[in-house]
Amino acid sequence: MIAELGLALLWIAAALACLSLVAGIVFLRTGKDDLAALVRPASVAQGLLTATAFALLIALFVRSDMSVELVARNSHSLKPMLFKVAGAWGNHEGSMLLWLTILGVSGALVAIFEKRLRNDTLVATLAAQAALSLGFFAFLLFSSNPFKRLPVAPPDGQGLNPLLQDPGLAFHPPTLYVGYVGISVAFSFAVGALITREIGPAFARAMRPWVLGSWIFLTLGITAGSYWAYYELGWGGWWFWDPVENVSLIPWLAGTALLHSVAVTATRNALRAWTVMLAVIAFSMSMVGTFIVRSGLLTSVHSFAVDPERGTFLLALMAIYIGGALTLFAMRAGAVAEGKKFALMSREGSLVINNLLLTTILALVLLGTLYPIVAEAMGEKISVGPPYYNKVAGPLALILCLVMVAGPLLSWRKDDGKKLWSRLPAAAFAGAAVLFGLVLFGGKVGVLPLLGMTVAGVVAVASIAPLWKRNLRRTPLPTWGMVIAHFGVAVALAGMAAESAFIKERLVAAAPGETVKVDDFSVKFAGVSPVAGPNYTAIRGTLIATTPSGASFTLHPEARMFPGLMGTAPTETNEAALLTRPGGQLYVVLGQPVPGADGMSADRYQLRLWWKPLVWWIWLGGALIAIGAALSLLGRAQLIEIWRVRRARKAQERFA
Amino acid sequence: MRVRLLLATLLALFAVPITAQDRLPPAPYAYQQLRDPAQEAKAKALMETLRCLVCQGQSIADSDAPLAGDMRHEVRTKIAAGESPDAIRKWLVARYGNWVTYDPPLDAATALLWFGPLLFLALGGWLAFGRFRRGGTDGESEI
Repeated sequence: MIAELGLALLWIAAALACLSLVAGIVFLRTGKDDLAALVRPASVAQGLLTATAFALLIALFVRSDMSVELVARNSHSLKPMLFKVAGAWGNHEGSMLLWLTILGVSGALVAIFEKRLRNDTLVATLAAQAALSLGFFAFLLFSSNPFKRLPVAPPDGQGLNPLLQDPGLAFHPPTLYVGYVGISVAFSFAVGALITREIGPAFARAMRPWVLGSWIFLTLGITAGSYWAYYELGWGGWWFWDPVENVSLIPWLAGTALLHSVAVTATRNALRAWTVMLAVIAFSMSMVGTFIVRSGLLTSVHSFAVDPERGTFLLALMAIYIGGALTLFAMRAGAVAEGKKFALMSREGSLVINNLLLTTILALVLLGTLYPIVAEAMGEKISVGPPYYNKVAGPLALILCLVMVAGPLLSWRKDDGKKLWSRLPAAAFAGAAVLFGLVLFGGKVGVLPLLGMTVAGVVAVASIAPLWKRNLRRTPLPTWGMVIAHFGVAVALAGMAAESAFIKERLVAAAPGETVKVDDFSVKFAGVSPVAGPNYTAIRGTLIATTPSGASFTLHPEARMFPGLMGTAPTETNEAALLTRPGGQLYVVLGQPVPGADGMSADRYQLRLWWKPLVWWIWLGGALIAIGAALSLLGRAQLIEIWRVRRARKAQERFA
Repeated sequence: MRVRLLLATLLALFAVPITAQDRLPPAPYAYQQLRDPAQEAKAKALMETLRCLVCQGQSIADSDAPLAGDMRHEVRTKIAAGESPDAIRKWLVARYGNWVTYDPPLDAATALLWFGPLLFLALGGWLAFGRFRRGGTDGESEI
């Protein structure tokens, strides 16, 4: 019953999306208010019904109802409860339903809370959102129904894949999806505003919280994904410039550009056409990302959702949405004037350079991701990897950081270059100190890491400058947000540069009792013991790391072995052990046993040890960026303001 | 999305040792560093820019696949014998094609890849700065 009810709810929700779209179009064509009144409630109901359908899908997974094909394929009655629940979105159909749920819920939130926009623009926005939902409903209902029943229910499911059983994995996709969908709401606002020609500060202010919100989730998603790769893959890399990573980075870059451009439109009513264009680009890039990953265009091991039919469907959807938005943009090009003017040496000017650099980085990441695919189609097999991105994107990113130093210290409209210099002595001094310190005492450091650490020093000091000589209690939240986020960039940059410049690696085949030196640590390999986990067996190593000051810590890396169930191949994983110290992390992996001289007895084990200086700063920086954006969002959404007003009103009522 | 990649890579990675249990032990320099730190640093830098041909998502410097181990052994042996990283890269490219290097060589096929971003920047800069020039600096009027 649950599955059928879920499917029915989805059809009703799709019908409501259809209603919103038609009512919206009729209203915008004829101006009949009675139809417009339908759009808000229909959007809210659509969100509620889709969310209920998703809750029903989770219920099916929790009950392990194996008569439903999706549950049988992806779940198992013996799975821990957390992973049963997460299994609901750990597959293609479920993740598309999650996507639609977030889309529907955010449509409902816009319908309930958005009060600043003109009514017709809001209706147009909701209609655009309904059109987006409708495409994905069609995709879900016609080509990937999550509630499909099996003719005969199997005794149990097949989804006991141990690699899927990681809390990080359970929450990573939803985080990125919230980010993507937030961008789609920004896109709907842009389309709505284009339709009614209301492109100005009101539209930018309505769109801004959504851009900020989605950007927070994208930042968190990328940061968490990077940390996951770092500890799970067992080689200590935190970014591989891999195509699938790139397609998550591209929407983030577009979102970053949009975030800064929408600020200009909201505050100064300038850069209007560019803001709208960026909203379209950001949404397109999140669609391109979904398409590239889902369609199997990246012909390699990672596309485990290879399915040409679904790819074609997504490609068609993408062409309709992006093509439609661009056509609309072209038709309205006359109505979207650029807005107020400004000098190059001004806050707007620096934000234009920021946008130019960000879109260039975006373009080159996209180029680097797609180039091998196109080259292969033309008969040339090439690889584009870290050396390319470091050489091309690295310098641009450093220049971008320097622009970030100047931007917040410039005033709007027009400023004086000399005055800018007078605001920067502390930052310039910090940069020079870092540079000299590294050149004199750092040993042999590559150019890019050297510049990276120098720029990080400059940015760290300059990012705090906007708070200088201000009453900190009265500094608005968005300013705090900007300061913290920019400071976070400096922290992350310092972490990346220091890690690549000063990493220490030791690979050894060690027998129990041996001591290995890595950087300042002496690590004693105490031995191994067998361990049995809930659904695996493992060899657990015991290592004792001692610092020069005599403090010692015990680390337990594991080599885990998951038995193959129901015909699947057994899998082995390496659980790295991490020791976090103020100056960095010690990263230890227990590898294969090494055969002795006779080729039989295995008394030694491969150990991989790294000392990674400041490596955790990378994710700390990511977290600071997200926190900064969250503060900004709090300030922009004026929640605190609303709460204060309410409290004041209540207090008044009490005294009256 | 990247999660899927990582998973699949993991699956591919960890499936290998099982099927290869009775194969020969890894070549000596697959998991062993060179004695000279300067040489090891050179080898490491080179290995990070070479693709592990069977895992596709990773460089040979961070893969458990046997082939990656063999390639690490080749690289370290050649570095120890005094060959330059560039020569080793050339040798590998001659053997496996450009697919093996993450640092695509600049030729007719990759000219757009290397110069595309510069062109983009130049074009964007020209458009953006055209605005400043054309508009003057102190106008408050709308364009």
